Amino acid sequence: MTIRPASPLAAAPAEIVLPPARSPAALALRRGLSHGGFLIGAGIVGFVVLMALAAPLVAPHDPYAQDVSRRLIPPIWHAKGSVEHLLGTDKLGRDYLSRLIYGSQISLLIGLSAALISGVIGTALGVLAGYYGGRVDAVVSYIVTTRLAMPVVLVALAMASLVGGSLKVVVLVLGLLLWDRFAVVTRAATRQVRNQDFVAAAKAAGFSPVRILAQEILPNILNALIVVATLEMAHAILLEAALSFLGLGVQPPLPSWGLMIAEGKQYMFFQPWVITIPGVALLILVLGINLLGDGVRDITAPEGRH
Amino acid sequence: MLGFALRRILVAVGVALTVSVASFMLLHLSGDLATAIAGPEATGEQIVAVRAQHGLDQPLVVQFGAWAWRALHLDFGRSFYFPEQVTDLLAARMPVTLTLGVIALAVALLVAIPLGVLAAFYRDTWLDRAALAVSVLGQAMPSFWFGLTLILIFSVNLRWLPVSGNATWKHFILPAVALGYYAMPAVMRLTRNGMLEVLSSDYVRTARAKGLPPRKILIRHALRNAVIPVIALAAVQFGFMLGGSIVIEAVFSLQGLGQLAWESIARNDFPVVQAIVLVLAMIYIALTLAADLLNALLDPRLRS
Repeated sequence: MTIRPASPLAAAPAEIVLPPARSPAALALRRGLSHGGFLIGAGIVGFVVLMALAAPLVAPHDPYAQDVSRRLIPPIWHAKGSVEHLLGTDKLGRDYLSRLIYGSQISLLIGLSAALISGVIGTALGVLAGYYGGRVDAVVSYIVTTRLAMPVVLVALAMASLVGGSLKVVVLVLGLLLWDRFAVVTRAATRQVRNQDFVAAAKAAGFSPVRILAQEILPNILNALIVVATLEMAHAILLEAALSFLGLGVQPPLPSWGLMIAEGKQYMFFQPWVITIPGVALLILVLGINLLGDGVRDITAPEGRH
Repeated sequence: MLGFALRRILVAVGVALTVSVASFMLLHLSGDLATAIAGPEATGEQIVAVRAQHGLDQPLVVQFGAWAWRALHLDFGRSFYFPEQVTDLLAARMPVTLTLGVIALAVALLVAIPLGVLAAFYRDTWLDRAALAVSVLGQAMPSFWFGLTLILIFSVNLRWLPVSGNATWKHFILPAVALGYYAMPAVMRLTRNGMLEVLSSDYVRTARAKGLPPRKILIRHALRNAVIPVIALAAVQFGFMLGGSIVIEAVFSLQGLGQLAWESIARNDFPVVQAIVLVLAMIYIALTLAADLLNALLDPRLRS
């Protein structure tokens, strides 16, 4: 991890010795452009984000428009495919490509919001444990151990079923469950940073713990946080798909990719593409997010690379 | 070591207690139990009677105490849906999930450990990269879709294996592969990193200097030391797999604990859901405790 002095107080002496060469950001960018996995990941994620944002413009049809006379049309590469429905239609005659495009909004929304909620919870716990150590650390470790002992899928299903499955509930349930890795990683990163000179300087200057945590610690563990955030985004997207597949996540007629696989399950023996298309979409998106995260880790911490 | 072990056991007991409170609350958050037990046609008086009979009019702490005492004796009460005791339901389904978990773990270890060893030995070659690609892909694949795809390939197209159910050992192969694939990346990476560390150690260098054949060094000297943390990780992964098998059991219609949990959630049979959450959590706590103690026994640095 690159340690950047965050407060002007600590940065002052460093600025004198710094050569006027490249900034850390430019250096990271250069490393990023020569890192294959990072480029592929960024490309995939960028493409899916664009697709989600421009869904109303790029989707050829209304994703909810049913047409019983055009049910289960195979995709274009199939002999019976039609140009009008490039990826075919589902059991209700809805255009598969349009549903796939709108479905990317759901996956990204759930991944981002769940990672944001769990990130806030986990980072708060981890930073406190890492900074104060001792009793606080013991309590946080205890909470994390307890959380890890609960079977995630089962508890998420039970919670979703109690409240009733919906997009909002899935986001909340996953956000409240997936913070453990945030806590573990930020705790370790904070322990590394807290003994640095600039933290001691801030303490000596009489800054409040809140200010030290927010201005000295947080900016310096940001890289580790971003890496965990990508991992948990991917995790949340996969779990949402699994919950929706089991019928307790996002509800029809929303075009969640997991739900599309569940709806296609009974037709998969004769129309295998109904599960292959959303499955491959999930695989590619999660792969892209993971590659992006691994890339950020390599770029920001080249000495930790194996 | 003894002090560490005692402290670690104390934490495990505490966590077990906290988890029991959480799973007890799960049942109570699910609605009025007396109404659920009495059934949809019960009158107000009957519900009051049921409430008194089951002690549901007592304070929550007293109820928890009584419930925990019974749970300690493996008595989880009666199912809302089935006439059987919850314990009997669990006992009937447990073997299927355990069988699935054991085979899945075996599949994962048999693939991941050799792959990790090879990746370390041929570090930075195409083999190392291929192993990495397999693990990156493994993390990105939705488990239920992977299971369905295995069915499409091996049951529908090739007709080698049955589609679903748990009648014979053949029924367990595809689900075990689908479930085991998820433990592979972590096991492989730990094996690879452990091997890299051991291969650069002094005693391996000595063995090399003595002119021992590489294969002998790799297996007898290096792997033996690198594999211990992997065994500890495998224990933890086994716990995760039992919890994650719910999705795989749903895909393959395996009548195990996961399937029972899924169906019970769908019909609001919360005594069963609660008991499964509790049992899975206890198994996980026991496994992580064993893994931590094993690691600490072999590596004194971890005992602080």
